[in-house]
Amino acid sequence: MSSDALQVPIDMRRLRARKLVRTFITKGLSHLALIATAALFIIPFLWLVVTSLKEEAQVFTDPPIWIPRPILWSNYVDALTTPAFPFLHLLKNTLFYVIMTTIGTVVSSTIVAYAFSRLHFKGRDTLFMITLSTMMLPGIVTLIPTYILFRWLNWVGGYAPLIVPAFFGAAFNIFLLRQFMTTIPWELTDAAYVDGANDFVILWKVIVPLITPALLVISVFNFMGTWNDFFGPLIYLDDLSEYPLVMGLYAFRTQHSIQWNLLMAASLATCFPLIALFFVAQRYFIEGITLTGLKGA
Amino acid sequence: MTASLQARPAGLKKPGFQMTRRTRESLTGYLFVMPWIISLLVFTAYPMLSSFFFSMTEYTILTPPNWIGFQNFDVMFSKDPLYWKSVANTVYYVVLSVPLGLGVGLGLALLLNQKIGGIGIYRTAFYLPGLVPAVASTLLWMVLLDPRLGLVNAGLKAIGLEPVGWLKSATWAKPALIVMALWGGSGSSMLIFLAALKEIPQSLTEAAMIDGANSWQRFWSVTVPLLSPTILFNLVMSIIGSFQIFASAFITGAGPLNSILMYMLHLYRYAFRYFNMGYASAMALVMFFVLVLFTLLVIRSSSYWVHYETSGRQ
Repeated sequence: MSSDALQVPIDMRRLRARKLVRTFITKGLSHLALIATAALFIIPFLWLVVTSLKEEAQVFTDPPIWIPRPILWSNYVDALTTPAFPFLHLLKNTLFYVIMTTIGTVVSSTIVAYAFSRLHFKGRDTLFMITLSTMMLPGIVTLIPTYILFRWLNWVGGYAPLIVPAFFGAAFNIFLLRQFMTTIPWELTDAAYVDGANDFVILWKVIVPLITPALLVISVFNFMGTWNDFFGPLIYLDDLSEYPLVMGLYAFRTQHSIQWNLLMAASLATCFPLIALFFVAQRYFIEGITLTGLKGA
Repeated sequence: MTASLQARPAGLKKPGFQMTRRTRESLTGYLFVMPWIISLLVFTAYPMLSSFFFSMTEYTILTPPNWIGFQNFDVMFSKDPLYWKSVANTVYYVVLSVPLGLGVGLGLALLLNQKIGGIGIYRTAFYLPGLVPAVASTLLWMVLLDPRLGLVNAGLKAIGLEPVGWLKSATWAKPALIVMALWGGSGSSMLIFLAALKEIPQSLTEAAMIDGANSWQRFWSVTVPLLSPTILFNLVMSIIGSFQIFASAFITGAGPLNSILMYMLHLYRYAFRYFNMGYASAMALVMFFVLVLFTLLVIRSSSYWVHYETSGRQ
């Protein structure tokens, strides 16, 4: 009997130990599943890095070569300085494109969102419904007439068709900023009204500081979308000297007899600035994508 | 109201022209939305309406459009064999890539929705491919999917499977595009699903657990219904996106026997290579109506399978 009394705490300990082992195993299995899946996503990317550092003869081998010998850092020098891929010039074009559209869309969408959320005027809610419905509008239906319009304006062959529309607002950004602005208490802006501030002052001094995270989200999101935009530059630009990086990369592939190692170096260089930005501002990237799902929730 | 007007400096009052605050607010409102109204008119309404006109013309940009009635549609439906090829290719691609994309996105989100360490690292790993621009990722996959010496076929051989021709084979070129799309696109749908999963109150899954539901039942009867609005959103967006697939097909060059000549690629060639804007507009219009139809069908069907929490609680 007395030995039974002693048994109880031991059993408890054993039970706790077993539970610990079980959570250890399930967690281990979870990690294993996650590592295996993550490998599927990371290995292709790793191959981009590895191939960019190989000699040309080592790109396609059987068995595959994982560690290039020698590691040719000079591929980057070669790829980024050939006249076929003038990296710095392309980068300058990309930055111009990205910065201009980001400024355009952030400023215009903020102003429009302010009207939709803080001002009352006739037809506002109908107009907002139209705005929401355009978010699902497939780009294909406006593509050709828009091109013809820009052609008629003699804007094809330059950045105007790619940048000017950004200054007139973008449906998703307007929607998102409006959602943020409607949460701001009216007392804050009413106080400013009483002090004699006009709407521009209120927007700039009261609203903008409060929605800075949302503004960063749409900036980062637009930055990424424009950096990676291929179709717009493809149809509106027609000279290497005007191209942004992705178009330059496309031209590099078509103009040259393909040297895959250099092409991979150029590819990595094209996405590197974006990846760097991602690691600095990961929060805003993730929030931005998450918020695109907001419409569904 | 007068109090707030009197609070302003006297100099701002214009004698004889006193606007009420309401009128002033309206005017400011119209002024502020003006850019967007212009955008809607110039970049949405006008192009949409003029699409109808252009689709009825022969228009090569160099000469003014020439009215030809329904001829473009006639050519499209009965005289352009490549048109139907592109339709078939695109449908094949959409039918496979949309459910696979949703499945992988949701699967990754479920994997990440666990209480274990290092989630941030895994999340970054899944999302990283989404940062690679289409041109770069297509070039990379051309290397990976090389039929003779590509890494993917080496992997298939290593696990005892037959290597396939991928982009060099008429049969495997479409699956190759789907693999590429899954790699680049799963990260963002995963993030959207993950955010929705985090919204599900733990009390609900715990209650189901107490009622004796196993993890599969909890998934189908609790998680999926609560995720259904998000599934609907991702479904609509990925249908619209997949029908308009372009970059990967364009860069790899339509594939052997036009096996990845996608709808957008066919349209692009007519519009920007042959400058046959009338025919391309007709193609765009047909695609537009198909997409509107699909979107409406999916949204209509949603009353049968999408669960909104408010209605569920009655």
